[in-house]
Parts: sequence; C-alpha cells; structure tokens
Amino acid sequence: MRVEQIAVFLENKSGRLAEITSILAENDINIRALSVADTADFGILRLIVDKVEKAKSVLKANGFTVGKTMVIAVEVPDRTGGLASVLKAVDEAGLNVEYMYAFVNKTGEDAVLIFRFDEVDKAIETLQKSGFKILTGEQICAL
Amino acid sequence: MKTLYWEEEIETLPRVGLESIQLRRLQHLVARVYKTVAPYRHKMEEAGVTPEDIKTLADLRKLPFTVKDDLRDNYPFGLFTVPMEEVVRVHASSGTTGKPTVVGYTWKDIETWAGVMARALTCAGAHKGDMVHNAYGYGLFTGGLGAHYGAERLGAAVIPVSGGNTKRQITIMKDFGSTVLLSTPSYALNLAETMDALGVDPKSLSLRVGIFGAEPWSENMREEVERKLNLKAVDIYGLSEVMGPGVAMECLQTDKGMHVFEDHFLPEIIDPDTGEVLPPGEKGELVFTTLTKEAFPIIRYRTKDISRLIYDQCECGRTLVRMEKVTGRTDDMLIIRGVNVFPSQVEHVLMSIEGVEPHYQIVVEREGNLDTMTIQVEVSESIFSDEIRVLEKLSRTIEVEIKDMLGVTCKVKLVEPKTIQRSEGKAQRVIDKRNI
Repeated sequence: MRVEQIAVFLENKSGRLAEITSILAENDINIRALSVADTADFGILRLIVDKVEKAKSVLKANGFTVGKTMVIAVEVPDRTGGLASVLKAVDEAGLNVEYMYAFVNKTGEDAVLIFRFDEVDKAIETLQKSGFKILTGEQICAL
Repeated sequence: MKTLYWEEEIETLPRVGLESIQLRRLQHLVARVYKTVAPYRHKMEEAGVTPEDIKTLADLRKLPFTVKDDLRDNYPFGLFTVPMEEVVRVHASSGTTGKPTVVGYTWKDIETWAGVMARALTCAGAHKGDMVHNAYGYGLFTGGLGAHYGAERLGAAVIPVSGGNTKRQITIMKDFGSTVLLSTPSYALNLAETMDALGVDPKSLSLRVGIFGAEPWSENMREEVERKLNLKAVDIYGLSEVMGPGVAMECLQTDKGMHVFEDHFLPEIIDPDTGEVLPPGEKGELVFTTLTKEAFPIIRYRTKDISRLIYDQCECGRTLVRMEKVTGRTDDMLIIRGVNVFPSQVEHVLMSIEGVEPHYQIVVEREGNLDTMTIQVEVSESIFSDEIRVLEKLSRTIEVEIKDMLGVTCKVKLVEPKTIQRSEGKAQRVIDKRNI
C-alpha cells in the first residue's frame, strides 16, 4: 500500500533539474510524478519513477544525494471536492501532512494524490476505512 | 609635534639601559618560573638549560618555546605561578579544540596592564580630560577591560559602551562628546556607515583619534576609517596570552610600526619552520616573553603572527623597538569581527552533530563593513531528508552551536556533495574573500 519515492537534494543553481532528468532519460527511467520544494538556498526534488532502485543508483553515481521515502498514493475522481474529501478524513483522524502533490492520470478521469505522512500506517488505515482507493507503486506505473 | 609620554624615562631610554633592565627581569623571571611551574621546569630540563645559563639577552634563545597547546594541556590554571588567592582576575579566549585559553592576573599585573595601556593611549595623543569611548567587548575577552583600566589610569573619562547597539553608541558620542574611540577597525566602519544612514556628520562630533585593533586591517582601511570618521586612526597590538591590549602601540608620528613596550614584553622574530631567531629587520613569526607579569608569565610564546622588528629611531623620540603591522599568520586562524576562529573549532562543532560529515568550507566575506562567515556543509545521505523543515532545522542547529561554542554568528549553506573541492593532502577549509 506504500509507494517508494526518491528525493534528491538540489542546490539552487541553473541546469540541475535538466541534468537529473537527462540522467533518468538516458537510463530509460520513466518519471510518473514529481514535485520540487525549494528555499532561497536549496531545493528538494521528489520523484515517483518506474525503476526506483536504478534511479537511485544512477543519480548517486552522478554525485547527487538521494533519499528514499515511503509515501501514500490515493486515487480520487477528478472532480470538484475530490481533494477536500480526502483532507477532511485526514484532518478528522488528526494526521499531519508533511507535504503533498498531485497529478491526473492519462484517462483524465481520476487524480492521484501523493501524500507524505509521519504516521504512514495510521494514514493507510484511516484512508481505507473512509473508502478511498490507495494505489501501489506498480499500479501507479501502470496508469 | 611635541611628543606626549606616559613614562618618558623608560620610553626614551638608550637601548643599552633598556637591555640591562630586560636582562635583569628575564633572569628573575626564568628563575621564578623554573622554581614554581613544573611544566616549564620539565621543558627546560629536557632542553638541558637551567636559569643560571641565562647570562645575556642572547641566551633567551636557549629556552624552549611555549605554544598554545601548552596552555591547553595545562587548562585551566596549570601555568599560573602564584597561588589562586593572589589572582584577582581571569580572562579567556577561545581555544583551537573547544577548550579556552585561560590567563590570570594578580593585582600588580592589573596595575602593570593599566600602565602599559595608559602608555598606549598616550602614544595616540590621549590625555586626562579625554572622553574615551570604549567599544571593545567587555567580558572574558581582554579588549574591553584592558582598555578600560588603562583609560582610567590615564585620568580620562571612560564610557564603557562595549560592542553593539550602534545607534545608541552614536547618540552617546554626540551627547557625551567622545574624543577617543577604541574598537575593532571593522566596527569603526560600521559606526561610520550607521552615522551616514542617520544623517550624523562625523565633523559635528568631537572624535579626534581612533585606536583600532584585535583584528588585521590594511593601510587602505586606515585611510577609509580616517576619511569616514574624521579622525586619526592608529593601530594597537596585544594578545591575551601575553597581557591583552597594550603590548605594542603605534605613535602619532609614524605609520611604520607599533612601539613594543619592551620593558615588559620582550619580542623576538623567528623562522616559523626552524625556530631559529632571525637577524634584526627580517620578517618572521613574532615571539614574546613577558618580563614583569606575576600570575601568568610566559616564556617565548609563539604568537603565530607574522611581523618584523624595526630598530630605527622613531621621530617621536621613543627608543622602543617597533613591530610592523601584522601581515599574516603562520596558522589558519581567522579573525572574524574580533573573534578568533580556527577551522578546527568549526569542524569540532560540525562533527558533534549527528550525521554531519567533515566536508565543509568556511567562506569569509566583508559585506559592507562587517565580516560574515558562511559555512558550506555538504548534504550527505545521513543528513538528507525529503522534508524542507528537517534540513532547515539542521542549518539552524549548526548556526546556534557555532554561536554558542565560538561566539560568532555564521550562516550555514547546505550544498550538494562533492561541491567542495577535494584536495590532495590538506583540504582548503577557508576561502577568505576580504582582501585585507
């Protein structure tokens, strides 16, 4: 029920993002979702890719600091209130969202929300109880 | 220009007379230290020298050197020569590995110090009736209190403003009519800039002379301070291991070096690699032996400051040898806003934080008039997080620890691995962009 996400440390200097995406492309790694969080000095690139271990090792080999974290992917119908309903359940359970990002799948019918929680297990339990569909890594890559 | 002296006789004594005083004091010192301080005695025994071997001033070179590590090894009071009940003051400066260097003073030492400091102030033309604005930090650092006692001894009125609160300092200068300013040269420039921002014309103030020290500064900086603050800027030298401020002082007649108060502090210039004493006039490492201190005398202390001794007679009439402005260091010590910082101290702090690897670089810059220190730390896997707040917290933790341990404010910049150049052999830990 968990999805592996890789995170890469980036200094705020030009060309770094392009470099990472080229490295992934050269190694035939497909990016399913990504988000960048940044401050004045540095950024963190978060990626969901089809080949997690390979992505991690090629980026490391190219001198990047790479981390791996577990996130949760929730599929909701792509319509008004989709995100709000998930966040309501999260809030009621007293769960803290560290960060989140979203993308819409190819069919355009569903949206996938990627959540990073402190308490992953409790989050899965809460969301499942509330009837939300939680995707696995394979399911995301198959979308 | 008529020279003002504080102790004219000793300051203008022919060198023969001065040297005979130095020899007598040196012999007395060596005998006393040999008898009372075991670490000194052991070092002398190892070197095969006894107090009786000191027959001329040239015999000084037979004595072993004292280095900062000796102070650290005997932390805190191991090199004091008097019982603690004779000690009336201690000061401390930061050490290279976290342990500070501690020095002590008897009441007579405090009087000697006030005397040499009054002499220094007089060299700069200060006198009874002056309003001495003392912006050196008060506390464990010797600058504030050392200058304070000297100015009082001189009979001047001291304003113990210490460092910081720049706007209030300017108000005080204006309202109290400060005539003599004591501060670090970089703080003097900060004062000038703040005056400009507040619309205070330095010409409307009563400042006449500024006595600047505790950090290296160039001739260009002297011109800038003089122009911006409308005063005469003079250089003062001192270090806590030897006494504090008032070891050597520039007079108003020359900008070619500071008169060393040789009747109290005996200077030598050595080759930092071989330890050999260099002929007069050659550039090398400055070494001091204190001749009159009681609680914490020091024999042949290696300052690691690079200078040269000038024996030509000065126009001011003083026969005391002059030491050239310190032009560098034999080690990697940095002076940031008057605080001594060793890269090893920064490393010590970084290594005490879990997960931080010793890949760092210190970048020192002068922004406006103040030194800034940025510590670049490589983000390794062990400290990396996918959460911004975790990394920001790490930066803040390092900043707080550095401030706590070293007393200096820094900024931490997290950088990608391998950003910091790996060198063969000694890593380049410091990039100093200040051009001083």
